[in-house]
Amino acid sequence: MKSGAGTLLTLAGFFAVLSLFSIGGGNSAIPEMHRYAVDVQHWLTDRQFADTFALAQLTPGPNLIIVALVGFHVAGVLGAVIAMLAMCGPTSVAAYFIGRASERFKGKAWHGAVSRGLVPVTIGLTAASATVIATSADYSRAAGAVTGVTAIICYVFRINPIWIFGAAALLGLAGVV
Amino acid sequence: MNELSPTRGSAAPSTASSSHPPPPSLAALFVAFATIALCGFGGVLAWSHRVMVEERRWLTPEQFNETYALCSMLPGGNILNFSVIFGSRFRGVPGALVAIAGLLGPPMLLIMIIGVIYAHYGEMPALRRALTGIASAAAGLMMATVAKMAGPLFVNRRSIAAPLVAVATFVAIGIVHWPLPLVLAAIIPISIGISWVRL
Repeated sequence: MKSGAGTLLTLAGFFAVLSLFSIGGGNSAIPEMHRYAVDVQHWLTDRQFADTFALAQLTPGPNLIIVALVGFHVAGVLGAVIAMLAMCGPTSVAAYFIGRASERFKGKAWHGAVSRGLVPVTIGLTAASATVIATSADYSRAAGAVTGVTAIICYVFRINPIWIFGAAALLGLAGVV
Repeated sequence: MNELSPTRGSAAPSTASSSHPPPPSLAALFVAFATIALCGFGGVLAWSHRVMVEERRWLTPEQFNETYALCSMLPGGNILNFSVIFGSRFRGVPGALVAIAGLLGPPMLLIMIIGVIYAHYGEMPALRRALTGIASAAAGLMMATVAKMAGPLFVNRRSIAAPLVAVATFVAIGIVHWPLPLVLAAIIPISIGISWVRL
C-alpha cells in the first residue's frame, strides 16, 4: 500500500503497456493483470484479486473498470485515476486515428485476414481469464459447482447476469459456497 | 463505415436516411454514453445497440455492426474504442472526450465508493463469502461467453488452425502463465498469417 511516485510510475507504465496488448476487450487482459499484480508486484493477494474482479463485475460499466479498482487498492484515488488514464489513453488515441483512417483500408484483403486472425486469439484469452478467476477464488467444490451451473445457465438462456450474481451471493452468505 | 463522414463538427451522416436525427450535441453524447455505462450491467454491447440504434437512431444496424467490428479489432476495451470513434465522428476531439467521460466517469465514481467499502469491510466473513460466490458465478459467466464465441470456430470444420490457435493461446496464458506480450508477439503473426494464406 505504499504510494510513492515510483509506485505510481510503475502502475502507469504497466497499464499503458497492458492496454496495447488487450485485444478483444478488457477481459482478455485479466490473466496478465493477475500475473503482474499478484505474482510479480504483490500488490494484491490471490484472494483480493478474485474479490476485485467480483466487485468490478458488480459495478455497471465497461469491464476494464477493474483497472481503477486495482489502482485504487495500490495507491488510493490517485492510483485509480492514473491506472485508468494509462489503460485508456494510448488505445483511445489509436482508436481516434484509426477510426478516422478506417475508410481507406476498408475492403482491403489484409483487413479481413487481420480481423479473422484475431478472433481465435481473443477466444483463447477469454478462456484463460475465466480459468484464472476460477482458480484464484477461494475454491471449494461447491464454488466449482456454482461456476459450472452459471456457465450452463448463461449459455442456454438469455438472462441478465445480475440475478445469477445475486443468487450466488446468497449461496455464499448462507455458507454453501 | 463509409456512410458516416469522418469530418468534424458539422458532420451529419451524408447518406443517412431522412429518419436520422441531426448529429448529437456534446451533452447528448455524454448522456448517451453514461446511460450505456450505467445500464449496461453484464454486457455493454446489448445496451449500446439499444441506445445508439433503436432509441436515438444515430446509427443504422449495419453502421453499428461495422463500427463495432472495427472496435473489436483494435486494442483496448471495445466499448471504449466505440465511444472514441463515435464521439469523434460527430463532434471531433471534444466529442471523443465527452463520450469517454460519460462512459467512464460514473462507473469510476461508483467503483471508488465500492473500493472504500471493501477496504473497511473486506475481511468481514459474510462479505467474504458473498464475494466468493459472485466470483465463482462470474467465472462461469465468462465461460459461457467463451463457449458462445468459440461455437462457430469448432463447428465450422473448414479449418483446424483456428481452434488450434485458440487452444494454444489458452494454454500459454491460462495454464502455463506466460507473459502476455511474449505470447501475443508469437501467436498473432501466426494466426493472421494462416488466415491470410487461406483467403
